[in-house]
Amino acid sequence: MTEVLLSLKGLTKAYPGVVANDSVSFDIGAGEVHALLGENGAGKSTLVKMIYGLVKPDSGEMLLRGAPFAPNEPRQARADGIAMVFQHFSLFDALNVAENIALGMENPPKMGDLASRIREVSEAYGLPLDPYRTVGDLSAGERQRVEIIRCLLQDPKLLIMDEPTSVLTPQEVEILFQTLQKLRAEGTSILYISHKLEEIRTLCDHATILRLGKNVGECIPAETSASEMAELMVGAALTPPMRGKRDLGEVAMDISGLSVPAPSAFGTALRNVHLTVRRGEILGIGGVAGNGQDELLSVLSGEVLTDSDAVKLGRAPIGHLGPVARRQLGVLAAPEERLGHAAAPDMSLTENAMLTGATREGLVKNGFLKWTAAKDFAERIIKDFDVRTPGPENAARSLSGGNLQKFVIGREVLQRPEVLVVNQPTWGVDASAAAAIRQSLLDLAAGGAAVICISQDLDELMEISDTFAALNEGRLSSPRPAEGLTVEEIGLMMGGAHGMEVAHV
Amino acid sequence: MDLSAINPVLLIASLMVAATPLLFAAIGELVVEKSGVLNLGVEGMMIIGAVAGFATAVESGSPLLGFVAAAGAGAALSILFAILTQYAQANQVASGLSLTLFGLGLSALMGQSYVGIKPPQMQKLDIPLLSDLPVIGPILFGHDLMLYVALMLIAAVWAVIKFTRIGLVLRAVGENHDAAHALGYKVVRIRIIAILFGGACAGLGGAYISLIRVPQWTEGMTAGIGWIALALVVFASWKPWRVLLGAYLFGGVTVVQLNLQAAGVAIPVEYLAMSPYLITILVLVILSADKSSAPAALGRNFHAAR
Repeated sequence: MTEVLLSLKGLTKAYPGVVANDSVSFDIGAGEVHALLGENGAGKSTLVKMIYGLVKPDSGEMLLRGAPFAPNEPRQARADGIAMVFQHFSLFDALNVAENIALGMENPPKMGDLASRIREVSEAYGLPLDPYRTVGDLSAGERQRVEIIRCLLQDPKLLIMDEPTSVLTPQEVEILFQTLQKLRAEGTSILYISHKLEEIRTLCDHATILRLGKNVGECIPAETSASEMAELMVGAALTPPMRGKRDLGEVAMDISGLSVPAPSAFGTALRNVHLTVRRGEILGIGGVAGNGQDELLSVLSGEVLTDSDAVKLGRAPIGHLGPVARRQLGVLAAPEERLGHAAAPDMSLTENAMLTGATREGLVKNGFLKWTAAKDFAERIIKDFDVRTPGPENAARSLSGGNLQKFVIGREVLQRPEVLVVNQPTWGVDASAAAAIRQSLLDLAAGGAAVICISQDLDELMEISDTFAALNEGRLSSPRPAEGLTVEEIGLMMGGAHGMEVAHV
Repeated sequence: MDLSAINPVLLIASLMVAATPLLFAAIGELVVEKSGVLNLGVEGMMIIGAVAGFATAVESGSPLLGFVAAAGAGAALSILFAILTQYAQANQVASGLSLTLFGLGLSALMGQSYVGIKPPQMQKLDIPLLSDLPVIGPILFGHDLMLYVALMLIAAVWAVIKFTRIGLVLRAVGENHDAAHALGYKVVRIRIIAILFGGACAGLGGAYISLIRVPQWTEGMTAGIGWIALALVVFASWKPWRVLLGAYLFGGVTVVQLNLQAAGVAIPVEYLAMSPYLITILVLVILSADKSSAPAALGRNFHAAR
């Protein structure tokens, strides 16, 4: 390693009940791409928030080019040449690109000058961008460009990127990597946070691995295999889900020519969607977030009603039936947003189990609640799906994201669905729990149920699905057998680079 | 019935006066809502402003001092709302409603000894030549100072929101407080300042009623203007110039219906009395049909999590 840009020494940060970072130390060299690896909850985000001045460490110190560095607020960090691209974009939908960028700068020039500088810089780095477009209308890839350019305009010495590729198509990832390599060549250091090992192997010079808030090892990614890194991350060897032999039965669910207008100003309209899924089949639906995933799920679950013939269960039209009637028929759904959509945050797990299980598990009689049966059901979910919680009387909110996700999926799986629709089933779940959830979906399909799995995690879809289709701007590509699909083909099904060309300089 | 008694010049001049309290309250609330806070206490802050301004003007003999006190009183009451919603994370709707009830009660108590008194009169603008012009004179140059202040406030708020960095940050906070926080903006501080501004404006609007429009003090004299201001902000799609349009429309219909009542038109008084509310809301609903652009974080409390 050459000259050290930023050196972390014994950084510790504790929150009530959890130590997010426990004496973490490592160095980031000048002009290197440094990966920060770790599972969800390993403390990566807390660590970068400390570097960016959003969170103050309890103890430990940072040295920037040898001088003590303790930013009190992001403003100070930015002044010292540190810039950050957030995981959940920190953009304002209703404002235009230039306004968004001005908000992230200390002394923005006049709007006119800023717009021309945005054009200049964005062309120079191969990320063309129109400064006057409203951010709410941009694709995920373009939104990320806005964030990156906001950072680049400040001439950063260290660029922090928190899971930048989770919302991009493979083609968009390629464009991003070219930009990052160009930045590295110019001497900018990059701290790259991800849990996608192959990406890190192609891009990064050096990697630090965090587990449960501790630095558990460093490696040169190019010389380390993905499974070695995964073991360092998880702390144990992983067993990938087993895919059993399955016979596809008759058509379980059929959607033909379905169009639904956008539910809100920044929502997506579904356009002429066709899909069929057979008994014993797992249909994987990929696509970048915001291309109609939520809308498709709500059409399948019955939250949005359509013509009765547009959605069919077997041969029976069910498009006009609401969620409760569909549950009775065996069409169950687990939406993406755990708190608020899939579970009621302030209600206990027993109550949450009752909310969707009432009809199929017979938890209600003559309008009265059967508490004992509901509690048994909740306990069964907790046991079968290894949900870590003191008991079913705890509020859903008190569970960690991964544990609640296991509960939400388990609740539906245990109701013996005919058709199960899940959206992002392993989002924010650690690797071993994710493997367990995927296994349960595979088992369910092996038992003869049809599963529709909507996800943005392509590796997950390739791992479990029999057929693959992609959503792009509310249109569903025609499904293809998942086996043998290449990354390029998938990327093109997802809409390629969404019309974002690399500018050739 | 004698419609010829209605003088169009006087009508326009008096609709401007009728609209001004609404203008003050609405432009203040617009800034508050732009920052992402929904303060339903406008009515309460107005009536506190009305009684504080009235009392101060009577005691000191200076209407201008009365307005200063009214702004202060409105802002002071809004501090209560700011503490409840920004620090104690109380529900904004409930806090706003209780602010209104509290303001109505407190003003009745404070104003007991001022019922039936005449306040000192505010000087009307009198520019030689200009104010004497026919038609234009009474409409444009014959009003009191505060009416022009309200108009300038509209222009200023519009310009600040559209052209300045402060305005951009204000919109950003109202649009996505988490993102604004992540960029290092002080969400709570900005919102409190907006709430105080809104309180001061509502206070001025209240005092305009008790010192100029009526002018006297009676209990509950704001008579729902605060609520109209709230509706006006929404139907004006959070745009200052539409607030002006809506307020003048409301003022205009109010004055016209009063004139019609006086002229003895054969429409029941109740219908005439409700017409300003109906017509204003109807017109603004039609105007806001294009695209409602509510600040995305409106009414949502901000916790600086982790």
